Amino acid sequence: MLPLVLHQVWFAVNGRTIINGVSMEIEEGPRTVILGANGAGKSVLMRLCHGLLSPTAGSIEWRGPANGRRRQAMVFQRPVMLRRSALANIVYGLRLAGVSERESEMRARDVLEAVGLERVAGRPARVLSGGEQQRLALARAWALGPEVLFLDEPTANLDPGATRDVETLIDQIRAGGTKIVMTTHNLGQARRLGDEILFLSRGQLVERAPVDRFFSKPASAEADAFIKGELPWN
Amino acid sequence: MDEISRSLGTAGALIVGFDPQLVQIVALSLRVSLTAVVVACLLGLPLGAAIAVGRFPGRRALIVALNALMGLPPVVVGLFVYLMLSRAGPLGELGILFTPSAMVVAQTILIAPIVAALSRQVIEDTWQEYREQLRSLGAGPIASAATLLWDTRFSLVTIVLAGFGRAAAEVGAVMIVGGNIDGVTRVMTTAIALETSKGDLPLALGLGIILLSLVLALNAAAYWVKEAAQRRYG
Repeated sequence: MLPLVLHQVWFAVNGRTIINGVSMEIEEGPRTVILGANGAGKSVLMRLCHGLLSPTAGSIEWRGPANGRRRQAMVFQRPVMLRRSALANIVYGLRLAGVSERESEMRARDVLEAVGLERVAGRPARVLSGGEQQRLALARAWALGPEVLFLDEPTANLDPGATRDVETLIDQIRAGGTKIVMTTHNLGQARRLGDEILFLSRGQLVERAPVDRFFSKPASAEADAFIKGELPWN
Repeated sequence: MDEISRSLGTAGALIVGFDPQLVQIVALSLRVSLTAVVVACLLGLPLGAAIAVGRFPGRRALIVALNALMGLPPVVVGLFVYLMLSRAGPLGELGILFTPSAMVVAQTILIAPIVAALSRQVIEDTWQEYREQLRSLGAGPIASAATLLWDTRFSLVTIVLAGFGRAAAEVGAVMIVGGNIDGVTRVMTTAIALETSKGDLPLALGLGIILLSLVLALNAAAYWVKEAAQRRYG
């Protein structure tokens, strides 16, 4: 289904411009990290790509061949767990995607094991710890076998240990052939998990570069200031 | 003072001795109000969910109207149902005026708006939290409404019990459409009104005690269900 092509995308709410003329192409392959300060429009851009929001102007198009259903999933900053067991949360997503009940349950058990949550399969999802909930949210998205997985600040609310677990899991999902697109404002994480950086500032795409070059030689003044501001010892 | 204590004693004896007349009245009360609650829920819960999830013209007006209908005076509902069901009325052919069926109809009209309006509120709050996640997983409006009804089930229990309490405690509607016929349409509230005016305090007091205990037990049950669910499911 990739590439995803954005052409002059503009998004405004109540007259306030949040995304201001973004044109870009998201291709298969490299892990894409959308970077920017709070309020730069990272989350909104991601929701536009995922289809949760419609652009005020401009177009967003999946240009590649779609094999049946367009398979893309998203994991949010704060995982939304349904009031049912961990296993049932995964089954729920699969059932909505049209998978049969038996098949859903089998796949859900497999993916729970893959993320190391098989022990809590029967526990109510909402009483799991923050880290477990986020891994469960990733598992729920992963079970759908997405070609593209959007991650909106997936570790923003987690402690270092849980963050490491989630990052490992994201790597695992990518190794399975899923394209990763994520937002973060954590530069260390951008380096660890990203291949290319899309740098957003005030709703505009200011810079796009491979990770190494972005951090060593940022081309724009905004990116330079952002990196220096975030890493004051540089 | 003397008379009250004597009446209380006799009332206690009636309750403990399962006085046939008293049992019959209590049984009819429960039958009528429970049936009304079931029908009101079948109408009110899906309606509440639909309004919570749906976006359509006139939605706000509908919410205001529904909230206003929560305060419907029972005697007015009684009068309205009486006019509909009386021999000259549009539904006169049914011939159910002065039967328990008419009482069920009146109480259903009385509490369906309560169930719908309160469930709309609860479901809409949860919808705020779930909306993006459910849309991301591909849930349409009907699947979303069903999911929300299930996930708010413990709060909805409280609402259903509130509706039952209202039905069991109202007197105006059942008095008008039931007629308070001994052995046929006499329920707790109408019997209390009649026996008090006749001066037969023991029966009135006995019924009053049962009615009070019922309302108290319902509230305790509602509280307990919610607490237990909160602890277990988060």
